[in-house]
Amino acid sequence: MTIMVSGHEYSIFFSVCGKAAVYQPQHRSIGFLLLFVFLIFFAGCKDSSDRPVNVIGSTSIQPFAELLAEEFLKINPDETIDVQGGGSTAGIQAIANEIADIGMCSRTLKEEENSVDTAIEIARDGLAVVVHKSNPVNDLTIEQIQMLFSGQIQNWKSLGGNDMPVRLIMREEGSGTREAFIKLVMDKKIVSRKALVQESNGAVKELVRLDPAAVGYMSLGLVGEELKSLHVNGVEPLAEQVKSGKYKLSRPFLFVLKTNSQLRPQAQEFIDFVLSDLGQKILESEGLIRVK
Amino acid sequence: MKQDKIIQIALTIVALSAISSLVLITVFVFKEGLPIILRVGAKDFFLSGDWYPGEGKFGIMNMIIGSLAVTAGAIIIGAVFGLGCAVVLTQFAPRQLVVILKPAIEVLAGIPSVVYGFIGVVVLVPLVREYLGGPGLSILTSSIVLGIMVLPTITSISVDVIQAVPKSYRDGAIALGATRWQTTHMVILKAAKSGILAAFILGMGRAIGETMAVIMVAGNALELPHSILDPVRTLTSNIALEMGYAAGEHRQALFATGVTLFVIIMILNTIALTISRRSAGKAAKK
Repeated sequence: MTIMVSGHEYSIFFSVCGKAAVYQPQHRSIGFLLLFVFLIFFAGCKDSSDRPVNVIGSTSIQPFAELLAEEFLKINPDETIDVQGGGSTAGIQAIANEIADIGMCSRTLKEEENSVDTAIEIARDGLAVVVHKSNPVNDLTIEQIQMLFSGQIQNWKSLGGNDMPVRLIMREEGSGTREAFIKLVMDKKIVSRKALVQESNGAVKELVRLDPAAVGYMSLGLVGEELKSLHVNGVEPLAEQVKSGKYKLSRPFLFVLKTNSQLRPQAQEFIDFVLSDLGQKILESEGLIRVK
Repeated sequence: MKQDKIIQIALTIVALSAISSLVLITVFVFKEGLPIILRVGAKDFFLSGDWYPGEGKFGIMNMIIGSLAVTAGAIIIGAVFGLGCAVVLTQFAPRQLVVILKPAIEVLAGIPSVVYGFIGVVVLVPLVREYLGGPGLSILTSSIVLGIMVLPTITSISVDVIQAVPKSYRDGAIALGATRWQTTHMVILKAAKSGILAAFILGMGRAIGETMAVIMVAGNALELPHSILDPVRTLTSNIALEMGYAAGEHRQALFATGVTLFVIIMILNTIALTISRRSAGKAAKK
Protein backbone atom coordinates (compact mmCIF):
# COMPACT_ATOMS: atom_id res chain seq x y z
CA MET A 1 0.00 0.00 0.00
CA THR A 2 1.11 3.50 -0.59
CA ILE A 3 1.59 6.16 1.99
CA MET A 4 -1.39 8.43 2.12
CA VAL A 5 -0.53 11.90 1.00
CA SER A 6 -3.20 13.76 -0.88
CA GLY A 7 -6.94 14.08 -0.64
CA HIS A 8 -7.52 11.70 -3.58
CA GLU A 9 -6.02 8.76 -1.81
CA TYR A 10 -8.18 9.31 1.22
CA SER A 11 -11.29 8.56 -0.78
CA ILE A 12 -9.79 5.31 -2.06
CA PHE A 13 -9.08 4.26 1.46
CA PHE A 14 -12.59 5.07 2.50
CA SER A 15 -13.84 2.45 0.09
CA VAL A 16 -11.30 -0.09 1.30
CA CYS A 17 -12.36 0.65 4.83
CA GLY A 18 -15.95 0.01 3.93
CA LYS A 19 -15.15 -3.44 2.53
CA ALA A 20 -13.11 -4.42 5.51
CA ALA A 21 -15.95 -3.47 7.79
CA VAL A 22 -18.61 -5.64 6.13
CA TYR A 23 -16.41 -8.70 5.60
CA GLN A 24 -17.29 -11.65 7.85
CA PRO A 25 -14.10 -13.51 8.70
CA GLN A 26 -14.06 -17.33 8.98
CA HIS A 27 -11.03 -17.67 11.19
CA ARG A 28 -10.33 -15.78 14.30
CA SER A 29 -6.76 -14.87 13.30
CA ILE A 30 -7.92 -13.49 9.98
CA GLY A 31 -10.50 -11.52 11.88
CA PHE A 32 -7.85 -9.97 14.04
CA LEU A 33 -5.69 -9.28 11.06
CA LEU A 34 -8.53 -7.55 9.28
CA LEU A 35 -9.41 -5.59 12.38
CA PHE A 36 -5.81 -4.46 12.54
CA VAL A 37 -5.76 -3.51 8.88
CA PHE A 38 -9.09 -1.79 9.33
CA LEU A 39 -7.75 0.21 12.25
CA ILE A 40 -4.69 1.25 10.30
CA PHE A 41 -6.83 2.34 7.39
CA PHE A 42 -9.20 4.04 9.74
CA ALA A 43 -6.31 6.03 11.15
CA GLY A 44 -5.71 7.30 7.65
CA CYS A 45 -9.40 7.83 6.92
CA LYS A 46 -9.52 11.32 8.17
CA ASP A 47 -10.82 14.20 6.21
CA SER A 48 -7.97 16.55 5.37
CA SER A 49 -9.95 19.50 6.65
CA ASP A 50 -9.69 18.03 10.17
CA ARG A 51 -5.93 18.19 10.03
CA PRO A 52 -4.60 20.58 12.67
CA VAL A 53 -3.34 23.94 11.55
CA ASN A 54 0.44 23.62 11.59
CA VAL A 55 2.37 26.68 12.64
CA ILE A 56 6.11 26.10 12.36
CA GLY A 57 9.18 28.29 12.64
CA SER A 58 11.01 30.77 14.82
CA THR A 59 11.58 29.70 18.41
CA SER A 60 11.31 33.38 19.33
CA ILE A 61 7.71 33.58 18.15
CA GLN A 62 6.83 30.06 19.28
CA PRO A 63 5.90 30.86 22.91
CA PHE A 64 3.70 33.75 21.78
CA ALA A 65 2.08 31.66 19.08
CA GLU A 66 1.40 28.92 21.63
CA LEU A 67 -0.28 31.42 23.88
CA LEU A 68 -2.32 32.79 20.99
CA ALA A 69 -3.30 29.26 19.95
CA GLU A 70 -4.46 28.54 23.50
CA GLU A 71 -6.65 31.63 23.54
CA PHE A 72 -7.90 30.89 20.04
CA LEU A 73 -8.94 27.38 21.10
CA LYS A 74 -10.91 28.79 24.01
CA ILE A 75 -13.07 30.60 21.46
CA ASN A 76 -13.03 27.82 18.85
CA PRO A 77 -12.81 24.60 20.84
CA ASP A 78 -13.38 22.39 17.78
CA GLU A 79 -10.17 23.30 16.05
CA THR A 80 -6.62 22.21 16.66
CA ILE A 81 -3.48 24.21 16.19
CA ASP A 82 -0.02 22.69 16.36
CA VAL A 83 2.76 25.15 17.10
CA GLN A 84 6.30 23.93 16.52
CA GLY A 85 9.74 25.54 16.70
CA GLY A 86 12.69 24.82 14.46
CA GLY A 87 13.87 28.27 13.52
CA SER A 88 12.80 30.97 11.09
CA THR A 89 14.44 29.42 8.06
CA ALA A 90 13.09 25.99 8.92
CA GLY A 91 9.63 27.56 9.10
CA ILE A 92 9.96 29.04 5.65
CA GLN A 93 11.15 25.70 4.30
CA ALA A 94 8.21 24.03 6.01
CA ILE A 95 5.68 26.15 4.15
CA ALA A 96 7.57 25.61 0.91
CA ASN A 97 7.27 21.85 1.47
CA GLU A 98 3.64 22.28 2.54
CA ILE A 99 4.30 20.76 5.94
CA ALA A 100 3.14 23.92 7.63
CA ASP A 101 0.13 26.13 6.96
CA ILE A 102 1.80 29.11 8.52
CA GLY A 103 5.51 29.76 8.93
CA MET A 104 6.86 31.91 11.72
CA CYS A 105 9.79 34.14 10.90
CA SER A 106 11.51 36.57 13.23
CA ARG A 107 13.47 38.54 10.63
CA THR A 108 12.69 40.28 7.39
CA LEU A 109 12.30 37.95 4.41
CA LYS A 110 15.23 37.55 2.08
CA GLU A 111 14.85 38.47 -1.57
CA GLU A 112 14.50 34.92 -2.85
CA GLU A 113 11.95 34.19 -0.13
CA ASN A 114 9.99 37.31 -0.89
CA SER A 115 9.28 36.18 -4.42
CA VAL A 116 7.37 33.04 -3.33
CA ASP A 117 6.12 33.96 0.12
CA THR A 118 3.85 36.56 1.61
CA ALA A 119 4.63 37.93 5.03
CA ILE A 120 2.07 39.22 7.49
CA GLU A 121 3.53 41.26 10.31
CA ILE A 122 1.83 40.19 13.54
CA ALA A 123 3.92 42.25 15.94
CA ARG A 124 7.23 44.01 16.34
CA ASP A 125 9.80 42.89 18.81
CA GLY A 126 12.79 44.50 20.46
CA LEU A 127 16.04 42.59 20.61
CA ALA A 128 17.44 42.74 24.14
CA VAL A 129 21.13 42.39 24.86
CA VAL A 130 21.22 40.39 28.07
CA VAL A 131 23.83 39.87 30.77
CA HIS A 132 23.99 38.28 34.20
CA LYS A 133 22.19 40.09 37.05
CA SER A 134 25.45 40.78 38.82
CA ASN A 135 27.10 42.47 35.83
CA PRO A 136 27.63 46.17 36.66
CA VAL A 137 27.55 47.25 33.01
CA ASN A 138 24.26 49.02 32.28
CA ASP A 139 24.51 50.83 29.01
CA LEU A 140 26.31 50.12 25.76
CA THR A 141 26.31 51.76 22.36
CA ILE A 142 25.65 49.67 19.26
CA GLU A 143 29.34 50.10 18.36
CA GLN A 144 30.40 48.69 21.72
CA ILE A 145 28.10 45.70 21.28
CA GLN A 146 29.59 45.21 17.85
CA MET A 147 33.12 45.32 19.30
CA LEU A 148 32.08 42.81 21.95
CA PHE A 149 30.70 40.30 19.49
CA SER A 150 33.46 40.72 16.93
CA GLY A 151 35.99 39.91 19.63
CA GLN A 152 37.67 43.34 19.81
CA ILE A 153 36.65 43.78 23.45
CA GLN A 154 37.57 40.66 25.37
CA ASN A 155 37.28 41.79 28.97
CA TRP A 156 34.38 43.41 30.77
CA LYS A 157 36.85 45.74 32.46
CA SER A 158 37.22 47.87 29.34
CA LEU A 159 33.47 48.52 29.44
CA GLY A 160 33.52 49.46 33.11
CA GLY A 161 32.63 46.02 34.37
CA ASN A 162 34.43 43.48 36.52
CA ASP A 163 37.76 42.02 35.44
CA MET A 164 36.32 39.01 33.63
CA PRO A 165 36.71 37.61 30.13
CA VAL A 166 33.64 38.24 27.97
CA ARG A 167 31.68 35.11 27.13
CA LEU A 168 29.73 35.62 23.92
CA ILE A 169 26.62 33.60 23.27
CA MET A 170 25.26 33.49 19.75
CA ARG A 171 22.32 31.67 18.26
CA GLU A 172 22.78 29.03 15.58
CA GLU A 173 22.89 29.74 11.84
CA GLY A 174 19.40 29.99 10.42
CA SER A 175 17.96 31.50 13.58
CA GLY A 176 15.90 34.62 12.91
CA THR A 177 17.17 36.17 16.12
CA ARG A 178 20.75 35.64 15.00
CA GLU A 179 20.13 37.08 11.58
CA ALA A 180 18.26 40.07 12.99
CA PHE A 181 21.09 40.67 15.44
CA ILE A 182 23.76 40.46 12.75
CA LYS A 183 21.84 42.81 10.53
CA LEU A 184 21.13 45.33 13.27
CA VAL A 185 24.44 45.24 15.10
CA MET A 186 27.29 43.56 13.27
CA ASP A 187 27.29 45.62 10.07
CA LYS A 188 29.43 43.22 7.94
CA LYS A 189 31.80 42.53 10.86
CA ILE A 190 32.44 38.83 11.45
CA VAL A 191 31.28 37.32 14.72
CA SER A 192 34.13 36.09 16.90
CA ARG A 193 34.86 32.40 16.59
CA LYS A 194 35.05 32.21 20.36
CA ALA A 195 31.31 32.75 20.59
CA LEU A 196 29.34 29.86 22.03
CA VAL A 197 26.46 28.75 19.85
CA GLN A 198 23.17 27.74 21.41
CA GLU A 199 20.14 26.34 19.67
CA SER A 200 17.28 28.11 21.38
CA ASN A 201 16.28 31.15 23.37
CA GLY A 202 15.84 28.87 26.36
CA ALA A 203 19.42 27.65 26.15
CA VAL A 204 20.77 31.20 25.84
CA LYS A 205 18.69 32.24 28.83
CA GLU A 206 19.89 29.31 30.92
CA LEU A 207 23.53 30.16 30.17
CA VAL A 208 23.30 33.88 30.80
CA ARG A 209 21.29 33.31 33.97
CA LEU A 210 24.11 31.26 35.47
CA ASP A 211 27.27 32.77 34.00
CA PRO A 212 28.38 36.18 35.38
CA ALA A 213 30.60 36.78 32.33
CA ALA A 214 28.08 35.93 29.62
CA VAL A 215 26.42 38.24 27.13
CA GLY A 216 23.72 37.13 24.73
CA TYR A 217 20.66 38.46 23.00
CA MET A 218 17.03 37.49 22.73
CA SER A 219 13.54 38.72 22.17
CA LEU A 220 12.57 41.46 24.57
CA GLY A 221 9.42 39.61 25.56
CA LEU A 222 11.38 36.55 26.69
CA VAL A 223 13.92 38.20 28.97
CA GLY A 224 12.00 37.82 32.22
CA GLU A 225 13.17 38.69 35.70
CA GLU A 226 16.24 36.50 35.86
CA LEU A 227 18.38 38.36 33.37
CA LYS A 228 19.47 41.95 33.03
CA SER A 229 18.92 43.62 29.69
CA LEU A 230 21.27 46.44 28.78
CA HIS A 231 20.30 49.93 27.68
CA VAL A 232 21.36 50.50 24.09
CA ASN A 233 22.59 53.96 23.12
CA GLY A 234 21.18 55.15 26.45
CA VAL A 235 17.65 53.93 25.73
CA GLU A 236 16.00 51.44 28.04
CA PRO A 237 14.72 48.34 26.22
CA LEU A 238 10.99 48.76 26.73
CA ALA A 239 8.11 48.11 24.41
CA GLU A 240 7.23 51.84 24.32
CA GLN A 241 10.76 52.76 23.31
CA VAL A 242 10.70 50.19 20.52
CA LYS A 243 7.38 51.57 19.35
CA SER A 244 8.62 55.14 19.32
CA GLY A 245 11.69 54.04 17.40
CA LYS A 246 14.14 55.25 20.02
CA TYR A 247 15.31 51.75 20.85
CA LYS A 248 17.17 50.77 17.72
CA LEU A 249 17.32 47.00 17.95
CA SER A 250 13.91 45.97 16.69
CA ARG A 251 12.64 43.47 14.17
CA PRO A 252 9.34 42.21 12.81
CA PHE A 253 7.57 39.03 13.89
CA LEU A 254 6.08 37.56 10.74
CA PHE A 255 3.57 34.92 9.80
CA VAL A 256 4.67 33.68 6.40
CA LEU A 257 2.34 32.15 3.82
CA LYS A 258 2.96 30.65 0.43
CA THR A 259 1.87 33.25 -2.09
CA ASN A 260 0.15 31.04 -4.64
CA SER A 261 -1.55 28.41 -2.59
CA GLN A 262 -4.97 28.47 -1.02
CA LEU A 263 -4.94 28.98 2.73
CA ARG A 264 -7.24 26.63 4.63
CA PRO A 265 -10.13 28.45 6.34
CA GLN A 266 -9.02 27.37 9.82
CA ALA A 267 -5.57 28.84 9.25
CA GLN A 268 -7.16 32.05 7.99
CA GLU A 269 -9.33 32.19 11.12
CA PHE A 270 -6.26 31.87 13.29
CA ILE A 271 -4.48 34.66 11.45
CA ASP A 272 -7.57 36.85 11.75
CA PHE A 273 -7.63 36.13 15.47
CA VAL A 274 -3.98 37.08 15.86
CA LEU A 275 -4.54 40.37 14.06
CA SER A 276 -7.76 41.08 15.94
CA ASP A 277 -7.83 43.50 18.85
CA LEU A 278 -7.87 40.61 21.34
CA GLY A 279 -4.94 38.85 19.71
CA GLN A 280 -2.93 42.02 19.55
CA LYS A 281 -3.74 42.79 23.18
CA ILE A 282 -2.39 39.38 24.19
CA LEU A 283 0.84 40.06 22.31
CA GLU A 284 1.09 43.50 23.86
CA SER A 285 0.64 42.16 27.37
CA GLU A 286 3.53 39.78 26.68
CA GLY A 287 5.88 42.65 25.94
CA LEU A 288 5.61 42.82 22.16
CA ILE A 289 4.60 45.85 20.12
CA ARG A 290 1.22 45.63 18.42
CA VAL A 291 0.94 46.42 14.75
CA LYS A 292 -2.80 47.07 14.51
CA MET B 1 8.71 -27.51 1.74
CA LYS B 2 6.97 -24.88 -0.25
CA GLN B 3 6.46 -22.87 2.88
CA ASP B 4 10.19 -23.08 3.62
CA LYS B 5 11.01 -21.63 0.28
CA ILE B 6 8.60 -18.74 0.65
CA ILE B 7 9.90 -17.79 4.05
CA GLN B 8 13.46 -18.07 2.81
CA ILE B 9 12.77 -15.71 -0.06
CA ALA B 10 10.85 -13.29 2.14
CA LEU B 11 13.63 -13.12 4.70
CA THR B 12 16.24 -12.66 2.00
CA ILE B 13 14.30 -9.71 0.65
CA VAL B 14 14.04 -8.17 4.12
CA ALA B 15 17.76 -8.65 4.74
CA LEU B 16 18.69 -7.24 1.37
CA SER B 17 16.50 -4.18 1.79
CA ALA B 18 18.17 -3.40 5.13
CA ILE B 19 21.57 -3.63 3.50
CA SER B 20 20.52 -1.74 0.42
CA SER B 21 19.39 1.17 2.56
CA LEU B 22 22.91 1.31 3.94
CA VAL B 23 24.31 1.27 0.42
CA LEU B 24 21.89 4.00 -0.63
CA ILE B 25 22.80 6.21 2.33
CA THR B 26 26.49 5.75 1.60
CA VAL B 27 26.13 6.53 -2.07
CA PHE B 28 23.96 9.54 -1.35
CA VAL B 29 26.19 11.05 1.32
CA PHE B 30 29.30 10.61 -0.80
CA LYS B 31 27.60 11.90 -3.93
CA GLU B 32 26.49 15.04 -2.12
CA GLY B 33 29.63 15.55 -0.09
CA LEU B 34 32.60 14.61 -2.25
CA PRO B 35 32.30 17.28 -4.97
CA ILE B 36 32.70 20.12 -2.50
CA ILE B 37 35.79 18.53 -0.95
CA LEU B 38 37.31 18.29 -4.42
CA ARG B 39 36.30 21.83 -5.31
CA VAL B 40 37.54 23.44 -2.10
CA GLY B 41 40.59 21.19 -2.07
CA ALA B 42 41.24 18.51 0.52
CA LYS B 43 43.87 20.67 2.18
CA ASP B 44 41.59 23.66 2.65
CA PHE B 45 38.74 21.47 3.75
CA PHE B 46 40.48 19.25 6.28
CA LEU B 47 43.38 21.44 7.41
CA SER B 48 41.77 24.84 7.80
CA GLY B 49 39.75 26.09 10.73
CA ASP B 50 37.92 28.82 8.81
CA TRP B 51 34.28 27.81 8.71
CA TYR B 52 32.43 30.77 7.21
CA PRO B 53 29.79 29.17 5.00
CA GLY B 54 28.46 32.57 3.96
CA GLU B 55 31.79 33.43 2.36
CA GLY B 56 32.47 30.04 0.86
CA LYS B 57 35.08 29.07 3.45
CA PHE B 58 34.60 25.49 4.57
CA GLY B 59 37.43 24.39 6.84
CA ILE B 60 36.49 21.68 9.30
CA MET B 61 39.82 21.07 11.03
CA ASN B 62 38.68 22.56 14.35
CA MET B 63 35.62 20.35 14.34
CA ILE B 64 37.63 17.20 13.57
CA ILE B 65 39.86 18.09 16.49
CA GLY B 66 36.78 18.84 18.58
CA SER B 67 35.20 15.49 17.77
CA LEU B 68 38.39 13.59 18.48
CA ALA B 69 39.05 15.45 21.74
CA VAL B 70 35.55 14.91 23.07
CA THR B 71 35.60 11.26 22.02
CA ALA B 72 38.99 10.64 23.56
CA GLY B 73 37.83 12.18 26.83
CA ALA B 74 34.64 10.15 26.76
CA ILE B 75 36.47 6.91 26.12
CA ILE B 76 38.92 7.52 28.96
CA ILE B 77 36.05 8.07 31.37
CA GLY B 78 33.95 5.30 29.85
CA ALA B 79 36.86 2.86 29.86
CA VAL B 80 37.79 3.41 33.48
CA PHE B 81 34.25 3.20 34.80
CA GLY B 82 32.94 0.68 32.29
CA LEU B 83 35.76 -1.78 32.80
CA GLY B 84 35.56 -1.21 36.54
CA CYS B 85 31.86 -2.09 36.48
CA ALA B 86 32.52 -5.15 34.32
CA VAL B 87 35.23 -6.47 36.64
CA VAL B 88 33.10 -5.95 39.72
CA LEU B 89 30.08 -7.54 38.10
CA THR B 90 31.93 -10.63 36.93
CA GLN B 91 34.55 -11.15 39.65
CA PHE B 92 33.69 -9.56 42.93
CA ALA B 93 30.03 -8.75 43.33
CA PRO B 94 27.78 -11.31 44.97
CA ARG B 95 25.07 -12.69 42.73
CA GLN B 96 22.26 -10.73 44.40
CA LEU B 97 24.08 -7.47 43.69
CA VAL B 98 24.74 -8.41 40.06
CA VAL B 99 21.03 -8.99 39.57
CA ILE B 100 20.41 -5.36 40.54
CA LEU B 101 23.52 -3.69 39.12
CA LYS B 102 23.58 -5.15 35.64
CA PRO B 103 20.05 -4.11 34.62
CA ALA B 104 20.65 -0.73 36.25
CA ILE B 105 23.63 -0.10 33.98
CA GLU B 106 21.69 -1.33 31.00
CA VAL B 107 18.92 1.14 31.79
CA LEU B 108 21.47 3.90 31.17
CA ALA B 109 21.46 2.90 27.51
CA GLY B 110 17.73 3.52 27.30
CA ILE B 111 17.77 7.10 28.54
CA PRO B 112 17.34 9.51 25.61
CA SER B 113 20.42 11.58 24.86
CA VAL B 114 18.55 14.85 25.27
CA VAL B 115 18.02 13.94 28.93
CA TYR B 116 21.75 13.44 29.38
CA GLY B 117 22.35 16.78 27.69
CA PHE B 118 19.82 18.51 29.89
CA ILE B 119 21.29 17.13 33.08
CA GLY B 120 24.69 18.14 31.76
CA VAL B 121 23.56 21.73 31.22
CA VAL B 122 21.72 22.09 34.48
CA VAL B 123 24.06 20.22 36.83
CA LEU B 124 27.48 19.68 35.32
CA VAL B 125 28.02 22.92 33.42
CA PRO B 126 27.59 25.22 36.47
CA LEU B 127 29.84 22.94 38.53
CA VAL B 128 32.63 23.01 35.97
CA ARG B 129 32.29 26.77 35.49
CA GLU B 130 32.39 27.45 39.20
CA TYR B 131 35.18 25.15 40.27
CA LEU B 132 37.38 24.84 37.21
CA GLY B 133 36.71 28.05 35.27
CA GLY B 134 35.93 28.66 31.63
CA PRO B 135 32.41 28.83 30.25
CA GLY B 136 31.43 25.44 31.65
CA LEU B 137 30.38 24.28 28.21
CA SER B 138 33.56 22.47 27.33
CA ILE B 139 35.44 19.41 26.16
CA LEU B 140 35.55 18.21 29.76
CA THR B 141 31.80 18.53 30.32
CA SER B 142 30.93 16.80 27.06
CA SER B 143 33.48 14.07 27.76
CA ILE B 144 31.88 13.35 31.12
CA VAL B 145 28.38 13.28 29.67
CA LEU B 146 29.46 11.08 26.76
CA GLY B 147 31.53 8.91 29.08
CA ILE B 148 28.40 8.10 31.05
CA MET B 149 26.50 7.50 27.85
CA VAL B 150 28.98 4.91 26.56
CA LEU B 151 29.19 3.15 29.93
CA PRO B 152 26.48 0.57 29.16
CA THR B 153 28.06 -0.31 25.80
CA ILE B 154 31.49 -0.82 27.30
CA THR B 155 30.23 -2.55 30.43
CA SER B 156 27.94 -5.06 28.79
CA ILE B 157 30.40 -6.06 26.07
CA SER B 158 33.22 -6.31 28.60
CA VAL B 159 31.06 -8.46 30.88
CA ASP B 160 30.36 -10.77 27.96
CA VAL B 161 33.99 -11.19 26.95
CA ILE B 162 35.14 -11.64 30.54
CA GLN B 163 32.50 -14.31 31.06
CA ALA B 164 33.67 -15.98 27.85
CA VAL B 165 37.11 -16.61 29.38
CA PRO B 166 37.23 -20.36 30.10
CA LYS B 167 36.56 -21.18 33.73
CA SER B 168 39.64 -23.41 33.78
CA TYR B 169 41.89 -20.29 33.53
CA ARG B 170 40.42 -18.90 36.70
CA ASP B 171 40.46 -22.22 38.51
CA GLY B 172 44.06 -22.76 37.46
CA ALA B 173 45.18 -19.37 38.73
CA ILE B 174 43.39 -19.79 42.04
CA ALA B 175 44.88 -23.28 42.39
CA LEU B 176 48.34 -21.77 41.91
CA GLY B 177 47.71 -19.57 44.91
CA ALA B 178 46.85 -16.28 43.18
CA THR B 179 44.49 -13.95 44.98
CA ARG B 180 41.22 -12.91 43.37
CA TRP B 181 42.64 -9.61 42.16
CA GLN B 182 45.81 -11.24 40.86
CA THR B 183 43.68 -13.75 38.97
CA THR B 184 41.58 -10.94 37.56
CA HIS B 185 44.28 -8.66 36.26
CA MET B 186 46.98 -11.19 35.44
CA VAL B 187 44.87 -13.93 33.86
CA ILE B 188 41.30 -12.99 33.08
CA LEU B 189 41.77 -9.44 31.81
CA LYS B 190 44.80 -10.56 29.80
CA ALA B 191 42.76 -13.32 28.19
CA ALA B 192 39.88 -10.95 27.46
CA LYS B 193 42.12 -8.10 26.33
CA SER B 194 41.19 -7.97 22.68
CA GLY B 195 37.48 -8.26 23.39
CA ILE B 196 37.69 -5.40 25.87
CA LEU B 197 39.54 -3.32 23.31
CA ALA B 198 36.76 -3.98 20.84
CA ALA B 199 34.29 -2.81 23.49
CA PHE B 200 36.20 0.46 23.84
CA ILE B 201 36.19 0.99 20.11
CA LEU B 202 32.47 0.35 19.84
CA GLY B 203 31.94 2.81 22.67
CA MET B 204 34.11 5.26 20.79
CA GLY B 205 31.91 4.87 17.73
CA ARG B 206 28.88 5.70 19.82
CA ALA B 207 30.59 8.72 21.40
CA ILE B 208 31.78 10.22 18.13
CA GLY B 209 28.34 9.87 16.57
CA GLU B 210 26.38 11.34 19.48
CA THR B 211 24.81 14.66 18.60
CA MET B 212 22.05 15.99 20.79
CA ALA B 213 23.77 15.80 24.16
CA VAL B 214 26.94 17.25 22.67
CA ILE B 215 25.17 20.23 21.13
CA MET B 216 23.79 21.03 24.54
CA VAL B 217 27.01 20.81 26.55
CA ALA B 218 29.92 21.41 24.16
CA GLY B 219 29.32 25.11 23.50
CA ASN B 220 29.70 24.73 19.73
CA ALA B 221 32.24 27.54 19.35
CA LEU B 222 34.29 27.46 16.15
CA GLU B 223 37.57 28.43 17.79
CA LEU B 224 40.33 25.84 18.12
CA PRO B 225 40.28 24.68 21.75
CA HIS B 226 43.41 25.28 23.84
CA SER B 227 42.46 23.41 26.97
CA ILE B 228 39.86 20.89 28.05
CA LEU B 229 37.87 23.76 29.56
CA ASP B 230 37.38 25.42 26.17
CA PRO B 231 34.20 24.94 24.17
CA VAL B 232 34.32 22.98 20.92
CA ARG B 233 32.11 22.15 18.00
CA THR B 234 32.04 18.54 16.89
CA LEU B 235 31.38 17.24 13.38
CA THR B 236 27.97 15.93 14.35
CA SER B 237 26.83 19.11 16.05
CA ASN B 238 27.97 21.15 13.07
CA ILE B 239 25.70 19.12 10.80
CA ALA B 240 22.76 19.23 13.20
CA LEU B 241 23.11 22.94 13.97
CA GLU B 242 23.21 24.11 10.38
CA MET B 243 21.35 21.44 8.41
CA GLY B 244 17.98 23.03 9.04
CA TYR B 245 18.56 25.91 6.74
CA ALA B 246 21.71 25.26 4.70
CA ALA B 247 21.43 25.41 0.94
CA GLY B 248 23.73 25.00 -2.06
CA GLU B 249 27.43 24.74 -1.31
CA HIS B 250 26.85 25.04 2.41
CA ARG B 251 24.57 22.02 2.33
CA GLN B 252 27.15 20.07 0.37
CA ALA B 253 29.81 21.08 2.87
CA LEU B 254 27.64 19.65 5.64
CA PHE B 255 27.36 16.42 3.68
CA ALA B 256 31.13 16.50 3.32
CA THR B 257 31.31 16.84 7.10
CA GLY B 258 29.14 13.73 7.17
CA VAL B 259 31.53 11.96 4.77
CA THR B 260 34.40 12.75 7.14
CA LEU B 261 32.45 11.38 10.07
CA PHE B 262 31.47 8.33 8.04
CA VAL B 263 35.08 7.56 7.20
CA ILE B 264 36.21 8.01 10.81
CA ILE B 265 33.47 5.69 12.08
CA MET B 266 34.21 3.14 9.34
CA ILE B 267 37.86 3.09 10.38
CA LEU B 268 36.87 2.59 14.02
CA ASN B 269 34.46 -0.22 13.17
CA THR B 270 36.99 -1.96 10.96
CA ILE B 271 39.53 -1.86 13.77
CA ALA B 272 36.95 -3.23 16.20
CA LEU B 273 35.97 -6.02 13.81
CA THR B 274 39.57 -6.98 13.10
CA ILE B 275 40.40 -7.12 16.77
CA SER B 276 37.38 -9.16 17.76
CA ARG B 277 37.91 -11.51 14.82
CA ARG B 278 41.50 -12.00 15.78
CA SER B 279 40.50 -12.80 19.34
CA ALA B 280 37.82 -15.20 18.10
CA GLY B 281 40.43 -16.89 15.92
CA LYS B 282 42.76 -17.21 18.88
CA ALA B 283 40.06 -18.68 21.03
CA ALA B 284 39.20 -21.20 18.32
CA LYS B 285 42.80 -22.34 18.09
CA LYS B 286 42.96 -23.01 21.80
